[in-house]
Amino acid sequence: MTAASLTTRGPARFDAVRLLRMLLPAIALSLMLAVIFSQQPRAMSYVGLTLLLNLAVPVILATLSQLCIIAINDLDLSIGSFVGLCACIAATLLKDTPLLGVAALVAAVGVYGLVGALVHWRALPSIVVTLGLSFVWTGLAVLILPTPGGRAPEFLTTVMKWKPDWVPLPILYAVILGLGMHLLMRSSVGTILRGAGGNPKALANAGWSLLRARVTLYLMAGMLGALSGLALVGLTTSGDANMALRYTLLSIAGVILGGGEFTGGRVNPIGAVLGAMTLTLAGSFLTFMHIPPDWQIGAQGAILIIVLALRAVLNRAEER
Amino acid sequence: MITNDLPSPADVAPPRRPLVLPVWVWPLLAAAVVLAMTLIYSGGRGAADIMSAAVTFSALFVIVGLGQMLVITSGPGNVDLSIPAAISLAGAIAMKVMDGSNGMILPGLAAALGAAMVLGVANYLLIRLLRIPPIIATLSSALIVQSIAIAYGRGLKIKPPPAFADFCTGRTLGVSNLALVAAVLTAVVLLVLARTVYGRTLLALGQNQRAARLAGAPVSRARLTTSVVSAGLAGLCGVLLAGFSGGSSLNMGEEYLLASIAVTVIGGTSVAGGRAEPLGIWGAALLLFLIVTMLNTFGLSAGVRLIATGVIIVTVIAIGGGRKAA
Repeated sequence: MTAASLTTRGPARFDAVRLLRMLLPAIALSLMLAVIFSQQPRAMSYVGLTLLLNLAVPVILATLSQLCIIAINDLDLSIGSFVGLCACIAATLLKDTPLLGVAALVAAVGVYGLVGALVHWRALPSIVVTLGLSFVWTGLAVLILPTPGGRAPEFLTTVMKWKPDWVPLPILYAVILGLGMHLLMRSSVGTILRGAGGNPKALANAGWSLLRARVTLYLMAGMLGALSGLALVGLTTSGDANMALRYTLLSIAGVILGGGEFTGGRVNPIGAVLGAMTLTLAGSFLTFMHIPPDWQIGAQGAILIIVLALRAVLNRAEER
Repeated sequence: MITNDLPSPADVAPPRRPLVLPVWVWPLLAAAVVLAMTLIYSGGRGAADIMSAAVTFSALFVIVGLGQMLVITSGPGNVDLSIPAAISLAGAIAMKVMDGSNGMILPGLAAALGAAMVLGVANYLLIRLLRIPPIIATLSSALIVQSIAIAYGRGLKIKPPPAFADFCTGRTLGVSNLALVAAVLTAVVLLVLARTVYGRTLLALGQNQRAARLAGAPVSRARLTTSVVSAGLAGLCGVLLAGFSGGSSLNMGEEYLLASIAVTVIGGTSVAGGRAEPLGIWGAALLLFLIVTMLNTFGLSAGVRLIATGVIIVTVIAIGGGRKAA
């Protein structure tokens, strides 16, 4: 994206501000990486980056799942427990009885679609419905795997520990996911889906089915959530019902960090991927700065506030 | 009643309306049904114990629920996510300042509530200065406060002062003190919502922010008050919880986030904002506690209990909620 292509959209003097706002997630991530590299130059290597960003892959998937829900002005408070459930299914059923495991995962994703339909049909507040669902997911996970344990199926560990040439695996996955989701949301189908969040009335008047849009987005969210659980279990090699509860808040923070907004179908998949990576790096960042890990989640909050503050400043500069 | 005769004027004169129960009665009725089922199963044993435990534990849910209700009432999509952080931090501060001595109860309470209210002000400033919805503001501040609580409360094993512990676990005239505190707070909130400028502004703000602003209602002040009161009530809950359970712990606030939202919404408060039901919170809190008790009595495992709780929350919302939210 060059300055020239932006000038068609607005007066020239706003370009710098708009470009800066768009690049904010990337700048945040680069700054954090720069500090880490300056503290520990050896981290700037194939192995270093792989270790630093490995755990970002499931977080990215969970964040993109949340992005689908936020695109239609809903919010998913159950994604963390859903990822935990899928991880438990992978570490038990999928390992021992692959067919049953696949069926369970497909059913879980199907329930997501049904929930989307229910939210639409009864005009329910998604926050409360997904809140109730989070109990259901955790309950199912506890039934499947009462105590932490199980084993990851071999193909999952292979997929997550694969060492491609040149590019570290987490970065490869991040690029594929970010670009894939970006192209999907920019495609004609994606435009309809975002439109359902942006202006539902206009979309309905134009003859599109809001129900279908919502169910599609919920199904996509369910699939990405299931993939997140699989990726997580591939990395940790065992499961636990509560292993991903943090993902709920982390995924919302990632979407917002990436430039998404709660209303109007405004989402930015590439930004969300960068946001998820930034939040995952916060923990290692503190270690490199010799700050005790107690402050890890605090650092995530601080990053969020700083980026939102910068964005507010840029927005005000643009209004002037 | 069921006749084909034309009704005589005497019958018509007072127009018969279908019996309309206040919204807050429904969760209370549901709680009564659940209690009845539990007692039938147990053969009536332990009725008094179940009741008193239900009222005591519900009281804590009610206290945080009242704050969450005010935030939810302030507009569509508004939720306070910093409640667990406020609970943990206030519990830790209270125990540290009180340091087990009866003389320090009031300073400890003041310090804990003060810290919680500072969090409320911070939340408001984030909402105002960064122009972000309360849910994002409280999400960010919660992360930071949670870290502070962890760093501050690490290895903290201080018992509450005896007098304070006695108060939190004790009863007056047969009713648990916690329930009395919650009842007084409920009454105050009811009165504030109905009779004060703040209360009316909050409801107007929730129904239509633009209209409330154009009508000259003190919208900003109402938002600030809501933020501070919600954090303050969560802080109070944290202090009482620490006194009740013999000390503070880092994750003691965790279950209160989902619980505070659940009791508010099941109690009949509109998620779209503008309609608050303080009394409904009592019914919903009792309902949630009694459901868990019932499933325990039935001897079901933890997994099944969680699933049943979730299914009941979704069912209650699917039947009762919606439509108006749109």
